[in-house]
Amino acid sequence: MGVLVPNKDDLLRQYRTMMVIRRFEEEAARHYAKGNIGGFLHLYIGQEAIAVAAAEVLEDRDYIFQTYRDHGIALARGMSVNAAMAELFGKDTGCSRGLGGSMHFFDVQRGFLGGWAIVGGHLALAAGTAFKSKYAGEDRVTICFFGDGSTNIGGFHEAMSLAGLWKLPVVFVCENNQYAMGTPLERTSPLKDLSIKAKGYGMVGDRLEGHDVEVVQEHIAEAVARARSGEGPTFIEIQTYRFRGHSMSDPAKYRSRTELEQRKQQDPVVLVRERLIGLGVDEHALDDIDIEIDEEIDAAVRFADESPPAREDVMMNTVLAPEGGS
Amino acid sequence: MRELRYREALREAMLEEMERDDRVFLMGEEVGHYQGAYKVSEGLLDKFGERRVIDTPIAEAGFAGVGIGAAMVGLRPIIEFMTWNFSFVAFDQIISNAAKVHQMSAGEIDVPIVFRGPNGAAKQVGSQHSHSAAPFYTHIPGLYVVQPSTPRDAKGLLKSAIRSNNPVVFLEGETLYGVQGEVPDEGVEELIPIGESRLARPGADCTIVTWGRPYYTVLAAAERLAAEGIECEVIDPRTLRPLDTTLMVQSVKKTNRCVVVHEHWPYGGPGAEIVDRLQREAFDYLDAPLERVTGLDVPMPYALNLEDKVLPTEDRVIDAVKRVSYSK
Repeated sequence: MGVLVPNKDDLLRQYRTMMVIRRFEEEAARHYAKGNIGGFLHLYIGQEAIAVAAAEVLEDRDYIFQTYRDHGIALARGMSVNAAMAELFGKDTGCSRGLGGSMHFFDVQRGFLGGWAIVGGHLALAAGTAFKSKYAGEDRVTICFFGDGSTNIGGFHEAMSLAGLWKLPVVFVCENNQYAMGTPLERTSPLKDLSIKAKGYGMVGDRLEGHDVEVVQEHIAEAVARARSGEGPTFIEIQTYRFRGHSMSDPAKYRSRTELEQRKQQDPVVLVRERLIGLGVDEHALDDIDIEIDEEIDAAVRFADESPPAREDVMMNTVLAPEGGS
Repeated sequence: MRELRYREALREAMLEEMERDDRVFLMGEEVGHYQGAYKVSEGLLDKFGERRVIDTPIAEAGFAGVGIGAAMVGLRPIIEFMTWNFSFVAFDQIISNAAKVHQMSAGEIDVPIVFRGPNGAAKQVGSQHSHSAAPFYTHIPGLYVVQPSTPRDAKGLLKSAIRSNNPVVFLEGETLYGVQGEVPDEGVEELIPIGESRLARPGADCTIVTWGRPYYTVLAAAERLAAEGIECEVIDPRTLRPLDTTLMVQSVKKTNRCVVVHEHWPYGGPGAEIVDRLQREAFDYLDAPLERVTGLDVPMPYALNLEDKVLPTEDRVIDAVKRVSYSK
């Protein structure tokens, strides 16, 4: 792996995207508390470097799967904050027209094939889109994100088995945020190092800390290149931490304030900001970016609020796809 | 018309559709080198090669999910379950993913996939291998559920299922694979539409709705009843979701009585759904309560004498028809 050479423009772009995700979710949390957003809301705050790194590495034609903690990757991939916020508000202008909600963002045009809310259930789908790439001879890599909690369920095992067996062009990224909902890793797994599971499926394993967007990019890029060149899948364990509870209903009493404060010392957004200042970027310029983002998010809330509600006819007409043409 | 076995009809449907469309492939346990656990896919590997006839490890959730993922981005997989009993370990893939993603994505993602394999009791294969799976899947909006009784329907409906843009649960009769019946000649393409029932036997006295293995039990019972002067009209829904009640309602308006005969358990399911629809859509025409002859409400036993009790029999069908006809 090469020596990191920070590029100021790249880093500025990445800082901006990470801040968009951060502010979007902070605002979403406020509107959840106000009752403007219903259901479950799982925040990505603290994990932003991973989604942004992946989006930097992937080509437009590549496919992405994520769990229900899906706002970060959707926004990093280029979904508009308007479409994202409107979906949370259950509006027709949302990315899934109000039929998906927080856990089921979709942006098919950008290759974002969904937020999925059954733990372990989407890994085989990712193997399936990778299977299609191979079947059709297409140069498209699939990247599939899931949590440490997914690594104990059968869906993980079967998807990894088939992807390894058939050398599919897929990268499995375990965002190990240390807790399967409220249960810490040491109580759910006999392993400290989850990446060794890769070996059991005949694939390459990798393991890294996830707070530095540049480091994450390097590792994901290596795995994506491996998939693209036909050398098969990779399983990457990225150690990360969510600063909020599992969902909005979780006060996260299972972890100490000290642990949280310690982890916040490695805030991926702060890290990039400090690195940019170190590279000579004026702090005021960064503040200006922050203000611009605040305005974007405020506008997204207004857009969501003023948008028409989700439509009954769309609900009824999307149970089944129209027939014909095959 | 020529005669084909049910399994040959299914094989022809897959073969023709795979020849027609490179996006169609067959995946499952033992479908390739072993030539199919029930020999439905016999010869397909030789014809299409390992790219399109794909043997899998024993991992139903895994390969069902791979099929769904592949369908989401434009392929048209046929996923074979060695039996529908094994689909239950892939239940989440079918229910939470295949049936839901079209709507969750606001109609952006289609899932053109067929899940197929043998369904229902065979002979003395016991409790875990004798499920009649229709009720589990007919409950789910976002799925089609097809259960053909004859070779002709098997072929024509499987071709339609493969061309459908939606997930299709295709339930084949485990004991029907050897059944022979008329199928259109080679070169005559017949696509039987999903969601259309069929008149299997005309009659003026009592309507019987049935599908799958009991279809043949009912036809035999109808002959015995005819000898006693009771002419039954037999309707085969062929597709259980969506359910086409047109012919059933027409028939009941004529016969004023109806017996529904199915292999699955009596609690809920398509049998109960048909009875519910008929009592609403033909209430004023009924001269007797709607009756059902079903698999008994017990797990399937091993012993043959007990299994014969559990499955619908000609005698039970005849008794039910006589009850609704108020005839001794």
